[in-house]
Amino acid sequence: MAATAKGPLDGVRVLDLSRVWAGPHCTRILADLGAEVIHISGRRLVGRREVTRETAMILGTYPDNDPGERHWNRNVLNNDMGRNKLDVTLELNTERGVELFKQLVKISDIVIENYSPRVMPNLGINYPILKAINPAIIYCSMPGYGSEGPFQNFVSYGTTIDPHSGLASRMGYPGEEPHMSGNAYPDPASGMFATGAIMTALFSRYRTGKGQYISLAQAESGAALTGEASLGYQLSGEVPPRIGNGHVRKAPHGAYPCKGDDKWVAISVGTEKQWANFRDAVGKPGWADDERYLTLEGRLQHQPELDGHVADWTRGRDAYDAMRLLQEAGIAAGVVVNADELMNDEHLNQRGFFWKFDHPEAGVQTHAGQPIRLSKTPARHYRPAPTLGQHHPYVLGELLGLSDDEITDLEETGIIGYTPLVRE
Amino acid sequence: MATVSELGNGALAELTVLDLSHYVAGAYCGKLLAAFGAEVIKIEAPGVGDGARQVGPFPDRSPDPEASALYLYLNTGKKGLTLDLASEGGSAILKELVTQTDVLIENFAPGVMESMGLDYATLSAINPRLVMASISNFGQSGPYREYRADTMVEMALSGQMYVNGDPDREPLSSSGYQPSYQSALYAYSGIMAALIARDRDDKGQYLDVSIQEAMVSEHQFTLNGFTASGKIRMRSGNRYGSVHPSTILPCKADDNGKPGLVSLGISDPTQYVLFLQLLDMSELLDDPRFANPQMCAVNYREFDALISTWFMDHTAEEIVNALQDNRIPAAFVNEVSDVLDDPQYEFRGFWKEIDHPVAGNHRYAGLPYHLSEAPPVYERANLLGEHTNEVLAEKLGYDSDRLGQLREGGVI
Repeated sequence: MAATAKGPLDGVRVLDLSRVWAGPHCTRILADLGAEVIHISGRRLVGRREVTRETAMILGTYPDNDPGERHWNRNVLNNDMGRNKLDVTLELNTERGVELFKQLVKISDIVIENYSPRVMPNLGINYPILKAINPAIIYCSMPGYGSEGPFQNFVSYGTTIDPHSGLASRMGYPGEEPHMSGNAYPDPASGMFATGAIMTALFSRYRTGKGQYISLAQAESGAALTGEASLGYQLSGEVPPRIGNGHVRKAPHGAYPCKGDDKWVAISVGTEKQWANFRDAVGKPGWADDERYLTLEGRLQHQPELDGHVADWTRGRDAYDAMRLLQEAGIAAGVVVNADELMNDEHLNQRGFFWKFDHPEAGVQTHAGQPIRLSKTPARHYRPAPTLGQHHPYVLGELLGLSDDEITDLEETGIIGYTPLVRE
Repeated sequence: MATVSELGNGALAELTVLDLSHYVAGAYCGKLLAAFGAEVIKIEAPGVGDGARQVGPFPDRSPDPEASALYLYLNTGKKGLTLDLASEGGSAILKELVTQTDVLIENFAPGVMESMGLDYATLSAINPRLVMASISNFGQSGPYREYRADTMVEMALSGQMYVNGDPDREPLSSSGYQPSYQSALYAYSGIMAALIARDRDDKGQYLDVSIQEAMVSEHQFTLNGFTASGKIRMRSGNRYGSVHPSTILPCKADDNGKPGLVSLGISDPTQYVLFLQLLDMSELLDDPRFANPQMCAVNYREFDALISTWFMDHTAEEIVNALQDNRIPAAFVNEVSDVLDDPQYEFRGFWKEIDHPVAGNHRYAGLPYHLSEAPPVYERANLLGEHTNEVLAEKLGYDSDRLGQLREGGVI
């Protein structure tokens, strides 16, 4: 497709006040799709002033564990979230800061923030105020529990939303307590809902000329993504038990150890046909003909023994060999890939999924690409993540028409800057 | 320009969607479009319908294709049309419908649409404004294109599973359908983006969403550590990463005898100091093993043993309230039954009561967001083939003779 094709969100301007993950995950998609996303941060929120080499070693997110002279520009987490975006600093706890923000609202389409619900009103910013400035503005707020209700002021992270929403109840070793995602999954999941909501509002605005207020609760994302289970509970009266990697209608179904340290292959056998194929694929061993395993019911009933047999088959094998052999026999199977195997996955690489960015301070970095693959207006990697305050000249100068002197004055009064401020 | 009230029943009321989904991924995507007023026509095979109808859970554990929770939840607000797409008559009808369609969603295995003569090239020739979204396990190209998968296999091959669970036990997948749900959300946004682009150039396009890629995109931290420094993110048990206590801990059972569990999300030093003050255990800060959340993570077993007395003396509610009063992140640990009674969800009106002629009246999870000017519409799932006559009569002008013939021929 033409490399010059414009992104589907070309011409859409987003003011991104969001932090950490849920919000940035959303604006990262908007930016990949061609929106002009201006990330706005107060410099107290950028992170600590100093990152020692030791801390960098623990975090593992600075290139070669070297935080460099300006660590805030070298953190690969931030640079992944910040790709394709522009960056300005602005102290919103100052009158001048808020005034400049409002001027930007006048010429923008979307504002997004994921602060706790008291932060923005404290700064004198809320939807009614911004709507008065620009009736077409779409304002998305996405605190953990929502902007209203008894838990509205609860401090939350993806890690606490996970058990609260019921998501964690759907993961766990058999008979044990709910298990947290290793990955703060509710964060990106909430970001996905925000993305869809914003685009729906945008589509609507192209018709009505009016913006709107989007009130998202991250906790509700988790409950929406387990909605079939909460409805199922009402129908059956049963709370689904935790069954590890087992499955109520499939056996064998689990992660089985393979050759090497911490290597596993996930194998899923459901239908009778798949069971027959599986038996053939593993070489028709004697145990597979055991009458206890003749029917799905029998296999479900005797899972521990069955799992033992399967593990005996996988244990001496390379996980990839096991996966390929089973997949060729029509069995769902997959290597439980770690970070290294994932980024070297031949399929993802052949599909060109990963994007490389050459960042001026962090070097070449490989990030996940964009799963939204549109044939005519593809998502693209336009530019590496900005350095802190990199786009002051464009945003304050070109967009808002401030003179060089005025921008220098903002620097001198600390309303903008290029280094983090120490948290008090 | 239309006003909001002229838009009628939602932001997407002008759209017609053909939903050729089965199970979860395509179905959830179609449900989201229906929630904003799009006319979503769910197309199922005559007789059996969507496989989700066989999954359950069912009322009284008795299987009924019209009362499967999975189907009911994922197909709210849709019209039901049965059509044998594999038959010549069926694919011809689909092509006729495509002329009046904005969006087509399908999640067959790659190649299936093509085998029925319904690939994007064919359909876009019929209607160049068509936005067609295909969701599949591994996408429409590449060496794994034909690979089979379910939730666990997607969790495995996307790298999600490796980081879930105890370091000294097998990695954990999750029950439910998270990979499919995420791909549905990518498809939803992709479709909206394509519709926005279509407003400009009047052309539709094709959207290829891979469930694997969706899930790989949901843990950048794993990828970022590896690309920066070669770090391989490991499982850390029922705890989060390199800070503690960000975990789930046992506590005192409540008055109803519900086993006590509470979630903590302490990661920054200020919260950590406040937490120990609250427990009256500030002296732990002088012990190098527990000097800060990072050191605490290294010595979490000893730490959990030390604080367990206090936790076993307090219920989850007491702990959550005491900690939150001090701005320390703590939360309830809920089963899917508990969330139905949670006061926060209740306050925001998250649960939607929907009546269904077979399954009865129940509370369904809504959307996690409110749009101030375009409130979502929540209507029950379609019965199998419920709107077949209506859709074919209204859209294609078929009379009762024609419908009768099609029914006899097994096409509808």
